[in-house]
Formats: sequence, C-alpha cells, structure tokens
Amino acid sequence: MAQPERPLSPFLHYRWQYTNTLSILHRITGVLLAGCFFLLVYWLAAAAAGPERYAGALRCLGSPLMQVVLCGGLASFCFHLLNGVRHLFFDLGRGFELATARRSGWAVAIGAIVLALLAWTILKSHLGGVA
Amino acid sequence: MSLRSPLGRVLGLGSAKGGSAHWYAQRVTAVALVLLGGWFVAALASLDSGSHAAIVAWLGSPLSSVLAVLFVGVAAYHANLGLQVVVEDYVASHGTRVAVLVAIEFALVAGALTGILAVLRIAFGVQA
Repeated sequence: MAQPERPLSPFLHYRWQYTNTLSILHRITGVLLAGCFFLLVYWLAAAAAGPERYAGALRCLGSPLMQVVLCGGLASFCFHLLNGVRHLFFDLGRGFELATARRSGWAVAIGAIVLALLAWTILKSHLGGVA
Repeated sequence: MSLRSPLGRVLGLGSAKGGSAHWYAQRVTAVALVLLGGWFVAALASLDSGSHAAIVAWLGSPLSSVLAVLFVGVAAYHANLGLQVVVEDYVASHGTRVAVLVAIEFALVAGALTGILAVLRIAFGVQA
C-alpha cells in the first residue's frame, strides 16, 4: 500500500522570507531586552547608591565589551518597539495585505537602524568625558 | 480578564489555562511600554546622563519617579510574559520547563523590586 501524502509541518517547507525574519528577530530582541532589563536595574541601583558608585557603574558600562552589549541593547530596543507597534496593528486585523506588510516591515527595519544610530550618538555625546 | 464565553467556562471546554488573559496582558503591557520606554529613552537622551546630580534630579521629580517605577514594573511583567512563551515553545521537558519558568520569574521579580526600590530611594532622598 502506497504511503499517503501527509501534510508537512510548516517549518519543513516554508521558504525563508522577510516575514519570518522580522518575526524571529522580534523574539530574539525580546530575549535580549529581558537581559538588558538587569543592566537598567544595575544602573538605577548605582544611581541610588551615590555619586561614587554611579561613576563606577558608568566606568563598568563604558568598557568595550559593555559598549557592544549596550549598543546591541539599544538597537534591540528600537527594533522591538517599532516592530511591536507593527504587531499591535496586526492584532487589530490591519496591515495584513502583502504590499502593506512588506512596506511596514521595511519601515520597521530601516526605522530601527536610524533610531538606534540617532539615540546612540546622542547618549554617547553626554558620556564623552565619563565613559 | 477572561475572554472565554460563559458557556465554554460552564462546560469546561478548551484549555484549562489562561491563554487569552496572557495574550491580552502581553498586548496591554506592550502599549504601556511604547509610551514608557519612549519616554525613558527620550528623557535619558535629553539629560546629561554622565552627571549623577542630573540623574538624581530627574528621577527624583514626582512625575519622573512615578513613570520610572511604572517602566521598571511593566517591563518586568512584559518580559516575564514574553520569556514564558519562548520557554514553552523551545523547552520540551516538563520538569526543565517549570524550573526555567520559575527561575525567570524569581529573577524578574527580584530585579523589578531592586529597580523600584532604587527609584524610591532617589525620590525620597535616601542616599547611601
């Protein structure tokens, strides 16, 4: 008896495309941001602990490794924020048309890069002498 | 908030868990975080964040301290909801899954309380 054609799980035959790229990036950046949450807590606790501890925290956050982490965190924040708004519109049943979804996807990707670069430049300019 | 119909609840049909409440809470906190996160980064960018005095003056003001406490609390809640979905999707073993979920919840609640307490100490002028 011939084996009947069985439906495959979606991940076995779906082509890689912009929609699932943005979707998985939303998840990855979300997990990264959960990690960055503890850096925010560290920064707040240092600010509450007084000027010396705050200066120490800024030195720690200013190390090359932490700068890479913070830059990634800021980029994740910008992407997750913009793509999150995009998903909220999806949840309202809007923006599902292929052309609209593609346009909003590109807007989110480019907007996140621009926003992250802008915020990074401004934030770094304040910390020029410190970190 | 339950989105299940009264009939479905009485008949005990479907999932016994709080799927719709989880879904809804994730989105409500997302809307709040668009505002709170946008405020936080914009405020930080407009401040001299290298100066301890400037940060304390900012976080110590009534409006900022309330918004900062909200930001920390809502961010932790949103992170917990999101990480829960990720863990449930990728961790197959039941025991490991529960252990990871509990560990994440412990860490996020502890982190949120630490952050909120720090803001309150600044707001009330309790300096170490």
